[in-house]
Amino acid sequence: MRAYIGRRLLALIPTLFFASLIVFISMRLIPGDVIDLMLAQNDIVTGQDRAKIEAALGLDQPVYIQYFRWIGDAVTGDLGDSLWQNVPVTDQLMASLPITFELGLLALIVALSVAVPIGVYSAMRQDTAGDYVARSFSLIMLAIPSFWLGTLVMVFPSVWWRWAPELEYTPFFEDPITNLKHMIVPAILLGLSMSAVTMRMTRTMMLEVMRQDYIRTARAKGVGEKLLVVRHALRNGLIPVVTLIGLQAPLLIGGAVILEQIFVVPGMGLLLLEAVFQRDYPVISGVFLVVGVGVLVINLLVDLSYGWLDPKVRHE
Amino acid sequence: MSSDTLLDIEHLSVSFRTDRGKVRAVSDLSLSLKRGETLAIVGESGSGKSVTALSILRLLGDNGVIDHGRVVFEGRNLLSLSTDEIRRIRGDRIAMIFQEPMSSLNPVLTIGKQVAEPICLHRDKNWDEAFEIAVELLTKVAIPDAKERLDDYPHHFSGGMRQRVMIAMALACEPRLIIADEPTTALDVTVQAQILALLNELTEQSQTALILITHDLGVVARYADRVAVMYGGRIVETADAKELYANPQHPYTVGLMASIPGIEGDAGARLITIDGQPPDLADLPSGCAFATRCQHAHDACRTSIPALDPVEQNPSHRSACFGYPL
Repeated sequence: MRAYIGRRLLALIPTLFFASLIVFISMRLIPGDVIDLMLAQNDIVTGQDRAKIEAALGLDQPVYIQYFRWIGDAVTGDLGDSLWQNVPVTDQLMASLPITFELGLLALIVALSVAVPIGVYSAMRQDTAGDYVARSFSLIMLAIPSFWLGTLVMVFPSVWWRWAPELEYTPFFEDPITNLKHMIVPAILLGLSMSAVTMRMTRTMMLEVMRQDYIRTARAKGVGEKLLVVRHALRNGLIPVVTLIGLQAPLLIGGAVILEQIFVVPGMGLLLLEAVFQRDYPVISGVFLVVGVGVLVINLLVDLSYGWLDPKVRHE
Repeated sequence: MSSDTLLDIEHLSVSFRTDRGKVRAVSDLSLSLKRGETLAIVGESGSGKSVTALSILRLLGDNGVIDHGRVVFEGRNLLSLSTDEIRRIRGDRIAMIFQEPMSSLNPVLTIGKQVAEPICLHRDKNWDEAFEIAVELLTKVAIPDAKERLDDYPHHFSGGMRQRVMIAMALACEPRLIIADEPTTALDVTVQAQILALLNELTEQSQTALILITHDLGVVARYADRVAVMYGGRIVETADAKELYANPQHPYTVGLMASIPGIEGDAGARLITIDGQPPDLADLPSGCAFATRCQHAHDACRTSIPALDPVEQNPSHRSACFGYPL
């Protein structure tokens, strides 16, 4: 088991290397660079100033030198300084990562607590009105982009009921209630968009599992329908659902970028968005590094959870 | 219904809703079973034998419909009980053993939990007490070191061992009737005999009635008191096992007997088969379902269905055939 986790962690290294390469190069391909933006803001136009700034930021070197310098520092835990704010990228990440983590975790809780019960209900009442309502709901949630729903939530309640979601961020450990009041709306929106696919997967898997021979065996033993679902079917059905959650992790982070912007949550999504607008290369690379590690770790956790769900995996 | 009758199936008809419309799987089937008796239901795939078995406990699934008939067990019609009442009979008074030991046990639950479960459900016992009984049961079905194996999962067991576990599970609440649906078909030949002998021994010990569903007449000869031969969803012949072997009446039964390869005789001889295919249940002929494969069939066989009448005034031997010159 420990050897397995070790091997998985080792496999992170090449993956992250290639991911960082792609991010580093693609950032330089976006038209307009950070110097142009700085010059435009400060009304400085002379070529001499430009060269000076470039040299100061290390941008006068060829791209590959920049890359190796960055990756060399990154290995030691130094992700460089923000080009605009002159603070270490690691500090910015440390400040914003827990916030996004909280948002993601809340969204996951929302997604699972919506998707699993409705998915199970839908399967148990296959082709009834309730099933159709649940399936339509999931299709709708699949089709509606969360930024649009987010905008609606911002606009309409304030017009109709003079209520608007909280937009001021309070750290969780300072005042959990106020913090949750702020986070819960984006978390629900993010969670609902995630729950759509999860619900459909849960439904499909439950239908599949309920057809299995061992379910008939359990029925023949006199197991009632509720116990049948909870004890005999659910764990078998959840194995692929957990895989799906792992696959959705990047989606969760992508959704967070947009919702953090709408609901002014100072997480990594907001940090990334601002950095892209400002072409703040070290910040962008830093965020992607963290996202990459995050996605890979989530997938590792998913693999490990199989061991808990499926006894066959435990012994291999 | 006499006092020692345990189960009485009266005029049972079962159909399935399919893409091709409603298909009748069992037609007007009647049979009865005494306490402690072993009845074998024999027939080819699609003859309706498994459907009959599943109907008793109402385990047909969503597309199976019991059109009419009664299944009277210990004086109660199982078909008219509420879902909760039938649930209390399942696994307690009537237990079932299925064909596929590889897929009939839940892969994510321990053996101990699965064997102990019916005891927890039907008896006033907690899990620990039920586990103790489970150890006894597993020992009874000859699982070595039963206590250590409670926490094992089905994938740790071989097919034969899993079927032993299924038997232990069926015996858990000391049922009055066990229905075994082809319990050995999926097993190795060497293991088949062991499992059947075990099942026979344990049911005899506890005076439990057994419905043994099989397509293997050899099995029947050894273990059954009585036999019902099914074809095309109907019983075509029923008799005491010895009588059936000595004096088979229905051409289908005769054909089945003839197709058992004997231990004597020419090793190079061709195996005897019954010509033709089992009938398509969605498109049964209007007369006797076997008429298309029967070499004795005459006009009456093709137009009307023969009744299951006593043979030579022997009420326990019945055959559904219009008769033919022997």
